[in-house]
Amino acid sequence: MSTLSGIFSKNEVKTEEIVHQPKPYSNPYLVGVGLGLVLLAAFVIMGRGLGASGAASTVVAVTVSKVAPEHASKNNFYKEYLTDGTTNPLKDWLVFEVLGVAAGGFLSGTLAHRVKRTIEKGPNVSNRKRLIYAFIGGAIMGFGAKLARGCTSGQALTGGALLNLGSWAFMFAVFGGGYLAAYFFRRQWL
Amino acid sequence: MMPYYKFDYFSFDFSLVVAFVIGIGFGFALERGGFGNARILAAQFYFYNMRVLKVMFTAIVTAMLGVFYLSWIGWLDMSLIYLTDTYILPQIIGGLLLGIGFVIGGYCPGTSVVSASTGRYDGMVYLLGIFFGIFVFGEIFPLIENFYNSTPMGKVTLPQFLGLSHGLVVFLVVMMALGAFAAAEWSEKVMTKKLGREKE
Repeated sequence: MSTLSGIFSKNEVKTEEIVHQPKPYSNPYLVGVGLGLVLLAAFVIMGRGLGASGAASTVVAVTVSKVAPEHASKNNFYKEYLTDGTTNPLKDWLVFEVLGVAAGGFLSGTLAHRVKRTIEKGPNVSNRKRLIYAFIGGAIMGFGAKLARGCTSGQALTGGALLNLGSWAFMFAVFGGGYLAAYFFRRQWL
Repeated sequence: MMPYYKFDYFSFDFSLVVAFVIGIGFGFALERGGFGNARILAAQFYFYNMRVLKVMFTAIVTAMLGVFYLSWIGWLDMSLIYLTDTYILPQIIGGLLLGIGFVIGGYCPGTSVVSASTGRYDGMVYLLGIFFGIFVFGEIFPLIENFYNSTPMGKVTLPQFLGLSHGLVVFLVVMMALGAFAAAEWSEKVMTKKLGREKE
């Protein structure tokens, strides 16, 4: 890919500006330090870490309670994400943080010319199959994240840095599950 | 004294502004790392691009050292940082499911948000999948509530569990991360050659 874009940019340099070439991703260790500082900022300013799946849970709980308020109020899981009615449950720290994630990702992608309407997939899989797998994977992830009380952000990153026992067990389980499943889904990616 | 919010430096409403700004930093870093792209994330599980491991462990080590030194010099009261309770068995099973979902779908919740906001349709569909998975979890919650609350261990950290000092565990984690980075660099070299592809 890098040689390909190298050739293109060489040819285009004289006639056209190369602004439309997506820039390569940054050095992972540098990104890691940046991400670590963001996480540290959350710790020292808020006294809490980052999250993602929690915001989705709030949205689901609010939607269910809008459609079937009686049903939601009897469920201990939904109740955890709902309020007593005096405040809006969507006025939640994680909901606003995740809105920021979307904005920050878009900002970074725009600056590096990487925003693009496309489907990311392996070379040997159709668009349709990729999207079906994306939905199934997302559903399994959503379910698992609730069982584990958090996802890669709330448990692995946040709890990892705080040396939380459950988070470290969780993190090894994530990599374990991933490597176990990788062989069976190799056609999707390789 | 840190954490500022716990010492009432600002209101709840302002904390939502903080949330949005911190989120921007989080999303920006994820996109810079290539985590809005399912191919890069999935590559972690085929050993030819280890960005996930490198970024994650560097971030964990950075934040961990920050917390350690800030509390050591007395600026930060670490005990006021929210720590989730450990329920070891549901967390391990949940983690395994997460890993499987990761390989099938190509994202985790945070990265799918970045993927969707940078125009990836697979990221958007993945997000819908997450909502559906959480909905299913919510609907069957009464049936699995017992398992969800099983094997509780309270708020427990690795130093407490292992009976080692905080500093020693921090040191061991740094050493482990450095070992993992060396292994990652080596595996990328071997696997990119074996799979006949270039580093992305």
